[in-house]
Amino acid sequence: MLITCPYCGPRDVIEFTYQGDGNRERPQPASQDLDAWNAYVYDRLNPAGDHHEIWQHSGGCRAHLRVVRNTLTHEILGTAFARGGHKSASHRTEGKP
Amino acid sequence: MAEYSVFSLLKNALTGNKDWKPAWRKPDPKASYDVIVIGGGGHGLSTAYYLAKEHGITNVAVLEKGWLGSGNVGRNTTAVRSNYLLPQNTRFYEHSMKMWENLSHDLNYNVMFSQRGCLNLAHTPAQLDDYARRGNAMRHLGVDAELMSVDRIKRLVPALDVSGSARFPVLGGLMQPRAGTARHDAVAWGYARGADRRGVDIIENCEVTGFLRDGDKVIGVTTTRGEIRARKVALAVAGSTGSVMRLAGISHMPIESHVLQAFVSESLKPIVDTVLTFGMGHFYISQSDKGGLVYGGDLDGYNSYAQRGSLPIVDEVMSEMLALFPGLARVRMLRSWGGLCDMTMDGSPIITTGPLPGMYLNCGWCYGGFKATPASGWCFAWTIAKDEPHEFNAPFTLDRFYRGLIIDDKGQGATPRLH
Repeated sequence: MLITCPYCGPRDVIEFTYQGDGNRERPQPASQDLDAWNAYVYDRLNPAGDHHEIWQHSGGCRAHLRVVRNTLTHEILGTAFARGGHKSASHRTEGKP
Repeated sequence: MAEYSVFSLLKNALTGNKDWKPAWRKPDPKASYDVIVIGGGGHGLSTAYYLAKEHGITNVAVLEKGWLGSGNVGRNTTAVRSNYLLPQNTRFYEHSMKMWENLSHDLNYNVMFSQRGCLNLAHTPAQLDDYARRGNAMRHLGVDAELMSVDRIKRLVPALDVSGSARFPVLGGLMQPRAGTARHDAVAWGYARGADRRGVDIIENCEVTGFLRDGDKVIGVTTTRGEIRARKVALAVAGSTGSVMRLAGISHMPIESHVLQAFVSESLKPIVDTVLTFGMGHFYISQSDKGGLVYGGDLDGYNSYAQRGSLPIVDEVMSEMLALFPGLARVRMLRSWGGLCDMTMDGSPIITTGPLPGMYLNCGWCYGGFKATPASGWCFAWTIAKDEPHEFNAPFTLDRFYRGLIIDDKGQGATPRLH
């Protein structure tokens, strides 16, 4: 599996560390909304199909990336920097959901 | 008379083996059942078997989307053990171990349960201390455990590199002598036949495509073979839990699906006669009766529904095997495959009523589902029949995550790929 890092270009998956589901919303640090914290810590979307997730290029530039990957085919559909509050990586292939 | 015995073997041998009955029928689904079990794997089949045997509920259908036992019950590395630290897990898995010890007789089907022991190797003094603690916790609850010196380990597994010059020297280990292996396909077939003979309909090639609802209540399923109604609908679908729950309108679960690979080598003369685990990575190995080494390691590490693995983990698992057994460097790998693991946020399973009325949930087996097969079905059948959990599965609720009652044997936190 190759992941295209916006800095470094296409690199082997062994250079990256998986950091899980990128759909979760972290509550504000001062939030006392227990349901929101529980959902953030424990709930996962876990789709069989396109999945928004966070990877770190830990064996390269160390940037955190938002990646859209298909969990059935392992096709990478898009990558972008995670910083800057981008909600999700845009799909590289047009016409897909 | 038992269906399989030395007498039936002789009788059928004399008549040309033409009179054996198929181990299970191929019925068409009826319009309704008392209980539908979704998932014809080890846990689904054992659930149906114990519903019929222990609770007299025989109007049951097991729905399997593929062929019987095509999922994890035929994809695991067959180890059976109960060497856990936390009492909730220890009680449950020890109950399972006791059921394994009598399973072939109970099913009248040889599941080839072989109590060859399971030895966890320690490579640092801290790890050995940790094993002593776990061994004591096990013995405290009546489970067998022995701390082993390097000398004993050397006699037990002569092929192991226990020299001080190994990359990760072996300092000792924790042995559970009653642990072992079983023939995984026979477990599926034995439970299937036992359930079938008690009247359960096992319906293969029948994929659930949706749930029939009356308000909140689940009253049946739609399938590729039509609508089937039931008073109770029970899920035992392992890695597909997320997908099936989504059909019921539940999009978030404390579960991630990951792929775990397993490997078999070419057949060798006997070289390791126990289940051995490596302590400086994640690696476990045993040898089948045919002589093939059966081994595996870590998850691939990212969400997957692919039922096939990637090469970096193959490379890592082989490296770990050679760290323990340098002499196996030229042994060829025969086969590898992948199975889907429903990894929970604390590494422990879920067997519970709900989350919807009329629904029952059995999932979250991470990579420990095979050894749990008898107790999982037994506890799940109890839960379905009585609408409340048995004391053995009472801790394994779905809402434990939100109530501060997690059962995290490894102390790893809510990162499923690390459990």
